[in-house]
Amino acid sequence: MEEISLLMQGFAVALQWENLLLMVAGIVLGVLIGVLPGLGGANGIAILLPLTFALPPVSAIILLSCIYWGALFGGAITSILFNIPGEPWSVATTFDGYPMAQQGRAAEALTAAFTSSFVGALIAVVMITFVAPLVAEFALKFGPPEFFAVMFLSFACFVGLSRGSPWKALAAMMFGFLLAGVGMDGVTGQLRMTFGSLELMRGIDFLVVVIGLFGLSEIFQSIEEGLRFKGQSARITLGTVLRTWAELPRHAWLFLRSSLIGCWMGITPAGATPASFMSYGVARRMSKDPSSFGTGRVEGVVAPETAAHAAGTSALLPMLSLGVPGSPTAAVLLGGLIMWGLQPGPMLFVEQKDFVWGLIASMYLGNVVGLVIVLAAVPWFAAILRVPFAIIAAIILMVCAIGAYTVNSAEFDVVLMLVFGVIGYVMKKLDYPLAPLVLALVLGDRTEESFRQALLLSEGSLAIFFSNWLSGGIMAAGLVMLFWPMFGRLMAGRAKPA
Amino acid sequence: MLHRRSLPALGAGLLASGAAQAQRGWEPQRPVQFIVPAGTGGGADQMARVIQGIVSRHNLMRQPMMVVNKAGGAGAEGFLEAKNARGNPHVLIISLSNLFTTPLSTGVPFSWRDLTPIKMMALDEFVLWVNAASPWNTLAEFVEAAKAGRLRMGGTGSRQEDQIITVAIQRATGASFTYVPFRGGGEVATQLVGRHIDATVNNPIEAVTHWRAGTLRPLCVFDSRRLPGEGRITETMGWQDIPTCREAGLDVEYLMLRGIFGAPGITPAQVQYWVELLNRVSQTPEWRDLMLQGAFNTTSLTGEPFREWLAREEARHRTLMQEAGFIGAGG
Amino acid sequence: MSITTRDAALLDTAAPERGPTLKGMEIATAVLLMAVGGVAIQDALRIGAGWGADGPQSGYFPFWLGLILVGASLGNLVAALRAGRRAAGGGAPLFASWGQLGLVAQVFVPTAVFVAVIPFAGIYLSSAVLVAFFMIRFGGFRWASSLPAGAAAALVAFAVFEIWFLVALPKGPVETWLGY
Repeated sequence: MEEISLLMQGFAVALQWENLLLMVAGIVLGVLIGVLPGLGGANGIAILLPLTFALPPVSAIILLSCIYWGALFGGAITSILFNIPGEPWSVATTFDGYPMAQQGRAAEALTAAFTSSFVGALIAVVMITFVAPLVAEFALKFGPPEFFAVMFLSFACFVGLSRGSPWKALAAMMFGFLLAGVGMDGVTGQLRMTFGSLELMRGIDFLVVVIGLFGLSEIFQSIEEGLRFKGQSARITLGTVLRTWAELPRHAWLFLRSSLIGCWMGITPAGATPASFMSYGVARRMSKDPSSFGTGRVEGVVAPETAAHAAGTSALLPMLSLGVPGSPTAAVLLGGLIMWGLQPGPMLFVEQKDFVWGLIASMYLGNVVGLVIVLAAVPWFAAILRVPFAIIAAIILMVCAIGAYTVNSAEFDVVLMLVFGVIGYVMKKLDYPLAPLVLALVLGDRTEESFRQALLLSEGSLAIFFSNWLSGGIMAAGLVMLFWPMFGRLMAGRAKPA
Repeated sequence: MLHRRSLPALGAGLLASGAAQAQRGWEPQRPVQFIVPAGTGGGADQMARVIQGIVSRHNLMRQPMMVVNKAGGAGAEGFLEAKNARGNPHVLIISLSNLFTTPLSTGVPFSWRDLTPIKMMALDEFVLWVNAASPWNTLAEFVEAAKAGRLRMGGTGSRQEDQIITVAIQRATGASFTYVPFRGGGEVATQLVGRHIDATVNNPIEAVTHWRAGTLRPLCVFDSRRLPGEGRITETMGWQDIPTCREAGLDVEYLMLRGIFGAPGITPAQVQYWVELLNRVSQTPEWRDLMLQGAFNTTSLTGEPFREWLAREEARHRTLMQEAGFIGAGG
Repeated sequence: MSITTRDAALLDTAAPERGPTLKGMEIATAVLLMAVGGVAIQDALRIGAGWGADGPQSGYFPFWLGLILVGASLGNLVAALRAGRRAAGGGAPLFASWGQLGLVAQVFVPTAVFVAVIPFAGIYLSSAVLVAFFMIRFGGFRWASSLPAGAAAALVAFAVFEIWFLVALPKGPVETWLGY
């Protein structure tokens, strides 16, 4: 096969010792970037991009894509240890990852997260290697109606999952949607809900809200129960890693399903965030015991992490073959390619074989190197939880403030973070679920945008969402997902009339 | 110390005199903030980061340059930050057409007069693209079709340059389009390749790869003269072979500013330093490559001619926006 | 601050703890969210909440989202009022005792001060003070070890962000004096 020989050439390029060194450096830097909230992969790459001009393009893209892998790995660390998602796609990881850490299973959760990331990325890279041209064709089929259908499916997978009062879940979700709507309306350019405030004009950034809602409120809540963090103290050795690995093959089907969801989302390109939510939602729907999700199930870590990493990896494919970035990070990488004189797009695979296959080979190697590095560091990460509360809490507060600030370089965002810290504290105590709020906030504006773009295309006719098999099929899948719990309830209700 | 640091820049004779002059006048004392009033990954952001890269690679400045994205309110946030940094010579801002359109559409009070114009680096071109599988081979055929039935025009953002051009085409031809805003030029190009929309007015750099792959077709360029360029991009055509819209019978011209501004109230010596630094940037091979690839219009202006150009463009945008009904007051 | 702690100590010994009731907080939150919905509706009406010729106008979604938020909060309000009636027999369940809230305030107040001071003193100096304060106040560390630790945290942050990643964070007079 032609692909194999090209890939081998690629490995020869990627395995040069200076490139290997760059990989390690990239992964370590990337993990650091992923750990610091606010300093996302996109920032990290953007900042380092100018410095890589001195390198040949292949080495430079290897360094940068390894930063990208590192950031994907690193995003899970703070989610699990402190309930602070460093990246949007790590939000779903907090749902079960943080409870696991509280139960003293931080090492298990971290190991599961890193391994899932690795598996997701690996499956995505294999797909890129062998079916790239087909997949690029598929991506072209996605216009606004299909995009909206995907968003609808993400929500449908999630709705009705939270325990407790449905009114509270509904209120939380609407609140999230409204927060997403603040700022400039992308379709008409009008300002909404800014009330003349220049600070509100930039919109309410997801990360600022999440840092407050999840991170700060967690600190406030743990203080209530005495000045310490829950569930540290477990002894962690590399043995934990091996024990967790022994457990993971049982979830083979989950890995595969989550990877497929991730690849699909990465290519379309909806991106890693909807992928992680959708995968978590589906895992929970398909589970025999859905109500135990959110209490520290390892599946709740595996599903979103696998999907997010598969999506993050496969998002590079439309970037390379179509010039459409599937994520902000990919957008910056795209800029880098142009600066190196490489024109991303359909011709790249034809004219720049060395470059493309060097990059693909580095995806394989980068992920292996990344996995080894982060797994070796698991005991250290988990040991952070043993640092006295007085020190770690202050440092978390500092890092949160820096994180909130760096998103938009705005001091107002730090204040906003504090406000959402209080809101999160109250909401948690009153059992308002935070997941619907965050989901609506993350996906809200893209959903509205694609809905309205589609209606512009159809001149106002809703039939456009069912006008072809693709968007119609996804919409239908969404409807099934949406009404799934109702079917269940209907059956139960018939059996036992209330 | 000083001499050793600036040695690499002494390579070219011209650079040496520039550096010496700047050292006699003023030079940055602390890290320089380079504001981008747009998101990461867009055209302005890319250009800012190229400049940052060139400056650090060629050691053109002793202090580091930090790129900061301030995209809020269609860039209003970034412009206001620069406006409020009165007298601070360590703040630069790169501008695109939103320097003119944002104050008009959002009602946020600022204009180029609140900043110190330093240098127009280049002008970005716009080309009318259609899908290569579409039946329209010339502008005339396209306009014919647009008059017969409503076509869908995709573009980046709302009430910004792409939509302004669309409205200008409507006025010049009498055809009407459905304008669909997307988030970025790359996305628009793919939507056109996937035939979800009928046409776009993308920048050359955003669509060139699809043109080469034979999926998109350029109809005309919105400039008074043809694009510079030699040789061929596809089998049969190069940039220079795309007719101007006026040649093809559509009297619409539009170019987008890529210029650098400083904070208001900085001294002439400081302006002089930045002008010289940017001159040196535009003489590097990296910059020339970027200009070639993006088929940029390399017109560059400083000082009074730049101010005159800005005043003219401001008035023109006001007319265009007014005619299109895009003027809003805070919402 | 010291008063709060003494109160907390006193309250801990008193048999039924006191504090804001769960019911009260439920009602307050529901009303607040209703207000948020109301504001959204009002703003949506200003920019047009109808269904135009080519799909929804800018205010269409905010309008309906706001309306649903008001409706859902009404549901929560009713639920809270009912739950209150049922539980009226025994002691009403608490949102949190005053003692617990006092503990939360011990962290919240310094954090709020930290956030408020950032624009003036810069993020590094404020962080150094915050870390040192937490160590002394909650960790029982001595001044001699807390102050250097705070300074070290700020310096590491400075090196990582300002020098390494070239991210400009808020700076105060101290950094300006040092030439940054």
